[in-house]
Amino acid sequence: MTAVEARDVKLSFGETPALRGASVAVEPGEIVAVMGPSGSGKSTLLHCLAGILVPDVGEIHFDGRRIDTLSETRRSVLRRDRFGFVFQSGQLVPELTAEENVALPLLLNGVKRAAALKEARPWFERLDLTGLERRRSGELSGGQAQRVALARGLVARPGALFADEPTGALDSLTGEQVMDLLVSSAREEGTTVVLVTHDARVAAYADRQVIVRDGKVNALVAA
Amino acid sequence: MTLLGLLDREPSHGYDLKRDYDAFFSRGKPLPFGQVYATLSRLARDGKIVIGEVEPGVGPERKRYVITERGATEVESWLTEPVPAEPNLQTVLFTKVVLALMLGRPAEDYLDRQRAAHLGRMKELTEIKRSGTLVDAMLADHGLFHLEADLHWIDTTAARLDALAKEVRG
Repeated sequence: MTAVEARDVKLSFGETPALRGASVAVEPGEIVAVMGPSGSGKSTLLHCLAGILVPDVGEIHFDGRRIDTLSETRRSVLRRDRFGFVFQSGQLVPELTAEENVALPLLLNGVKRAAALKEARPWFERLDLTGLERRRSGELSGGQAQRVALARGLVARPGALFADEPTGALDSLTGEQVMDLLVSSAREEGTTVVLVTHDARVAAYADRQVIVRDGKVNALVAA
Repeated sequence: MTLLGLLDREPSHGYDLKRDYDAFFSRGKPLPFGQVYATLSRLARDGKIVIGEVEPGVGPERKRYVITERGATEVESWLTEPVPAEPNLQTVLFTKVVLALMLGRPAEDYLDRQRAAHLGRMKELTEIKRSGTLVDAMLADHGLFHLEADLHWIDTTAARLDALAKEVRG
């Protein structure tokens, strides 16, 4: 059984087709990089896989279950309970400290504050962030903020982590540190990862790369 | 391989081959006649080309070289096969694309295969970087940056294949 799968997905924004029959299957624990030129549909595909967008045609499956036919409310619960997200710039909540940001998915899932913070703290050592627990996002460097965002994406032990250009706002060395930690943490946790990037050096961290071109997935890339 | 590829278009004389080679592939360093004829005799010796009719005329006789089945097969497989992904491949990547377009072969398929070979090698180098010493990482980085540059070139070329085909086919 695949962990995350799109089957012949089509989606248009108004008159403009973004996906024209895209299919991709990601195995449990696999890290897949979705590459492609800008405007190719790679982020749209990620948003469909993550249940954020619903395709016009085609199916999205997670863990053997079809999710594109679920109501918006049920998809929202699924995203909160089972998925983690990392975006280009951390998108941390500026009013919260770093550890509160990491604990946020647990707090939203109803975990008590003390227990959520206890769960969040080990991630600071794992991601080389020790000592930064009480800082707010404005007091963190880009690389630190992105590692906090990564901890937040993984803290609830999601079934799948969706990352959209997670190193896009970082310099190349910092970006590589974030990728290194993302891959190590995901492998330790057995988390399935779908990663969108236009950067081949970032994609090279993945187990497998696929290319989206003109709204379709080119699976030829299996070197 | 480039001369053999040019002969896969049509039978040709040494002089014409040199002229076409210089026009498309020499990049400012014309091919010496000596090298053209040495290569042609080696190709003939290996059964990849034969000497067709000899055209008498003023001055030296002009030999017409014709590609054999064996030579054509070799060109075909060379054009579809990705190069092992190592740094500094510009010349050979460029030659494969231009020759494929001249011969009406699917250059895009070749570029896809080459892209896959490059990404595969980048993955290996990244693994070396993650598991090795800093020295290993520095060496791997050197390879990665070069392969990344090739990939940019592959993507840009793929986007311009139609225009490039028109130019090289005249």
